[in-house]
Amino acid sequence: MSSATTPPDSDPTGRRRVHSMLKLYYGLNEEGTAAEQAESLDPCDINGPHFDPEVYLNKLRKECSLGELMDHESCMVKQIRSLDSDMQTLVYENYNKFISATDTIRKMKNDFKKMEDEMDCLSANMAAITEFSARISGTLQDQHAQITKLSGVHTLLRKLQFLFELPARLNKCLELQAYAQAVSAHRRARCVLQQYSHMPSFRGIQDDCHVIMEQLAQQLRQKFRDGGSSAKDLSECVELLLQLDEPAEELCDKFLSHAQSRLEADLQGLEVELKDSAVTDTDILEFIDRGCNEFVSSLCLVIASYQELFINQMANGKLHVFVDTLAARYFSLVEQRIQEEKGVGDNSLLVRALDRFHRRLQAITKLLPGSAVPSHGTEIVVRAARERIKQYLSALQTFYHDSLTDVRQALAAPRLAVGGANATPSLPELLTSLSNFILNQLKSVLASVHLFTAKDITFSNKPYFKGEFCSQGVREGLVVSFIKFICQSSRQYCESAGDRGGSTPPALLLLLSRLCLDYETSTISYILTLTDEQFLVQHHTPVTPVTALCAEAREAAQKLLNHYVKVQGLIISQMLRKSVETRDWVNTIEPRNVRAVMKRVVEDTTSIDVQVGLLYEEGVRKAHSSDSSKRTFSVYSSSRQQIRYAPSYTPSAPMDTNLLSNIHKLFSERIDIFSPVEFNKVSVLTGIIKISLKTFLECVRLRTFGRYGLQQIQVDCHYLQMYLWRFVSDENLVHFLLDEIVGSAAHRCLDPSPMEQSVIEVICERG
Amino acid sequence: MEDDAPVIYGLEFQARALTAQTAETDAIRFLVGTQSLKFDNQIHIIDFDDENNMINKSVLLHDAGEIWHISGSPAEKAVLTTCYSKTSESRVLTCAAVWRMPPEWESGSHESPDDSSNNPQTLELLCHLDNTTHGSVACVLWEPMGDGKRVISLAENHVLLWDLQESSTKATISSSATLEGKGQLKFTAGKWSPHHNSTQLATANDTAIRGWDLRSMSQIYCIESAHGQLVRDLDFNPNKQYYLASCGDDCKVKFWDVRHINEPVKCLEEHSHWVWSVRYNHSHDQLLLTGSSDSRVILSNMVSISSEPFGHLVDDDELSDNEESQQEDKGKEPLQDSIIATYEEHEDSVYAVEWSAADPWLFASLSYDGRLVINRVPRALKYRILL
Repeated sequence: MSSATTPPDSDPTGRRRVHSMLKLYYGLNEEGTAAEQAESLDPCDINGPHFDPEVYLNKLRKECSLGELMDHESCMVKQIRSLDSDMQTLVYENYNKFISATDTIRKMKNDFKKMEDEMDCLSANMAAITEFSARISGTLQDQHAQITKLSGVHTLLRKLQFLFELPARLNKCLELQAYAQAVSAHRRARCVLQQYSHMPSFRGIQDDCHVIMEQLAQQLRQKFRDGGSSAKDLSECVELLLQLDEPAEELCDKFLSHAQSRLEADLQGLEVELKDSAVTDTDILEFIDRGCNEFVSSLCLVIASYQELFINQMANGKLHVFVDTLAARYFSLVEQRIQEEKGVGDNSLLVRALDRFHRRLQAITKLLPGSAVPSHGTEIVVRAARERIKQYLSALQTFYHDSLTDVRQALAAPRLAVGGANATPSLPELLTSLSNFILNQLKSVLASVHLFTAKDITFSNKPYFKGEFCSQGVREGLVVSFIKFICQSSRQYCESAGDRGGSTPPALLLLLSRLCLDYETSTISYILTLTDEQFLVQHHTPVTPVTALCAEAREAAQKLLNHYVKVQGLIISQMLRKSVETRDWVNTIEPRNVRAVMKRVVEDTTSIDVQVGLLYEEGVRKAHSSDSSKRTFSVYSSSRQQIRYAPSYTPSAPMDTNLLSNIHKLFSERIDIFSPVEFNKVSVLTGIIKISLKTFLECVRLRTFGRYGLQQIQVDCHYLQMYLWRFVSDENLVHFLLDEIVGSAAHRCLDPSPMEQSVIEVICERG
Repeated sequence: MEDDAPVIYGLEFQARALTAQTAETDAIRFLVGTQSLKFDNQIHIIDFDDENNMINKSVLLHDAGEIWHISGSPAEKAVLTTCYSKTSESRVLTCAAVWRMPPEWESGSHESPDDSSNNPQTLELLCHLDNTTHGSVACVLWEPMGDGKRVISLAENHVLLWDLQESSTKATISSSATLEGKGQLKFTAGKWSPHHNSTQLATANDTAIRGWDLRSMSQIYCIESAHGQLVRDLDFNPNKQYYLASCGDDCKVKFWDVRHINEPVKCLEEHSHWVWSVRYNHSHDQLLLTGSSDSRVILSNMVSISSEPFGHLVDDDELSDNEESQQEDKGKEPLQDSIIATYEEHEDSVYAVEWSAADPWLFASLSYDGRLVINRVPRALKYRILL
């Protein structure tokens, strides 16, 4: 409603009124008032501008009662009074303002007058200044043109001075060895000098420069020749020389020969380190690091700068030859160093070193595409990997031998300390520990070799490491070779021990045989599966099948077990042979006891039985006699009776003796004494007993017996019969051999009168 | 080309001793000595008629005792030595003697072979090789290719060289040697080398093989532990002077070059029990016969270490043109070391094998049960060697 200029008041109506009045006074006609005017057109509005007292009075008189009029009147009076007082205060208020305003205006009037004078003065002065200025610029016009000209002359003179000073400057540069500056200065001046060379003075300068530049080039060349500076310096040098229009070909050759000498110095450093490495004991990673940092990076630098400098002028052929020859030397050094890496403890160092070596060579590929160097590098890595596999194989082999020695010692230990037999590990424990040792070692080796094919190794994605390394290298070269080696060395045990009378403890033979058999049944396929999985072997080339290895292992196991049987059989044979050979059978006394050696044979056989039982299954018996030693007796005694009642001992019918045994032989199979055995306890024991008894037989046949000699043999055989049948698969075999022994003894007897069966039994049962 | 079947002859007694009649070069004749403690022992003279594949036998009585070893004189057909065991005062001693066969045996046997057993003739004793001071005799060896005047007997640990005088009726010890060492040493076998002018002898005791020089009667070499077990027999290669074969209880047959005694030249392991006897063929030394107590006789062809030129082992330079053409004539691949045949006719241990002295393609083997088997080298091989 009200204008924004008026601050809100407690009594806006009163204020507005005052305002409007003031407005009226000042003749202002605000826009805001126009709206109000419309409202207050009413002549009865006492506050409106169109108020008509007559109309108002008439209206009042018409409309109001007396009382109302009275009230109205008093109200009116009151209002008039308050208006009056308001008016009065306003007048008072403004009066002072009017006074001061008047004073101010008066003062202003005076001041303006003064100002007017000063302005006049100023304009006069300005006019004077303008005039002066015009005059001055008029005077200066000539000089300005002169100065411009002079400054042009000045620059020219500067240039000339540069030219004149050029020789001195070049000399100075030469002194300070700021060759780059010198060359750039000369370059700037060269064309000018060339252009004005017809003028004698310039000519002189040019000649001077020429001489100096010649000198400079000389120095550069000198520097170039001297070497000792870094590759960067060198390339700078070459760049400058090129700018001096040196022949590129020559420079190129020089550059290369120079780089060569420096690289060769690096190589020599490496060579020295190689020689010292035995003494200083730096590892291969350090060596390769050094090689990479010094040689390879310098080489890269050389290649880069060569290409930068000469690539437009020259073919890359020279560079290739250069790089190839140097790299060949470097490679030979690296290879020597790799060959020194014989320890197989930690493969990661070598792999990392090779990786770095290989990785750094990739830089050359990028710089110099088509170079043979990286592929040669890869070849080195491949060779190193091959070598490594060989080393691991031999390490495995040594390990195998060592663990066998350990086993041997463990086997020998109980004999040294019979008392503490419990402390030493038993055969099955030894077997498991041995096979675990071997397996673990193999696994750790596989893990080590596996590093070669790790993903983060740069060369692992080369075709060799993807294919041939896994299949031919690791699988064939390492795992298969190792398994073959185990079989082979096992077989050697059989061969070497046979000649020199059993230098290998029989228990070891047994153990190895079981080991080989275990390999045949499970370990080989496990190992190969493990390898195949670990290395993701893809068989591009034919590999040794699992079955072939298994067959080999089985063959070795068979051979070992046969040999074990042979060795044990021979030990018992030896006892029997000595016992038969050393006794005087003709003059022996009547038997009262079983000879001690027979007890020993039974004891030994029992302990062998236990030993074999630890590692091999029972196996099947032919005609298993349930438990009855009685039945055994009956079989034995019946055959005994045959002999007793057979007329063989009676002098009248010599033919019948042969007949009897021949008939016997006709119906029994031919007994192969040293024949292969099966992988079970019974078969092994049968083999040993066969060998022992056959020896007994052959020895008996070489002797002559008295009556009691024969009887002693009877007793011994019966004793053996009592105890040995339980070990063998076919007890008839024992019967047959023992009968044969007794029969032969009877033949070789001067006075063949056999002992009563009952007496024999009594003696044997007595022990 | 069917090979002839083996001819088998059975003796009534057990037997170990077998020899070819060394001096007889026309008839194929073997001598077998029996072993019996109860009956009179015999020497069977086995004549083999090659054309009819028949055997003619004669029996001579040897009443001195059971025969452990028999050996025929190289000079006189009728003279032979035996080692026999004699029991006296409950002591068994093996003695040796030189005998002569009665001159009539041949005619008598031919007329009535059946009667001969009824009334056998007796050997005529020429002389004893008196060994009472030296102990049991293991074997008697005639000087090879000699005049039948010198024999060696091996008694316990003594080597005795005898001179036979006055038509072998008198024997005197001309020199002797004794093997000294720990324990009871005892010779088990011996062989008089036909090389070096018959001045060398090889003996076996326990696992060792020893060589002796007969001029000085001193040991010239010793192969310790030649076999893992006892050495049972040995034989010299008739054509290669330094080569000998041995066999023993380790079931092996080994070939030795006595100049390099550390390792055997070759080793065969074909038998499944002790090998008791080994014999080189007298003419074709690649043929080797072994007998074993596994009841088998094995004939092997050891071309690589024989005196015959062998394709692979003989250097090309050494091959003269003559030999080359000879090889070309053969038109066949060179023979390899191999087993030619395993003979399984025996059912008991074979203790002796012997080549015939008259026919190089024929041999006999004797097993303990008294079975004598005469076999021939397979014809195919024979023609290959000959042609």
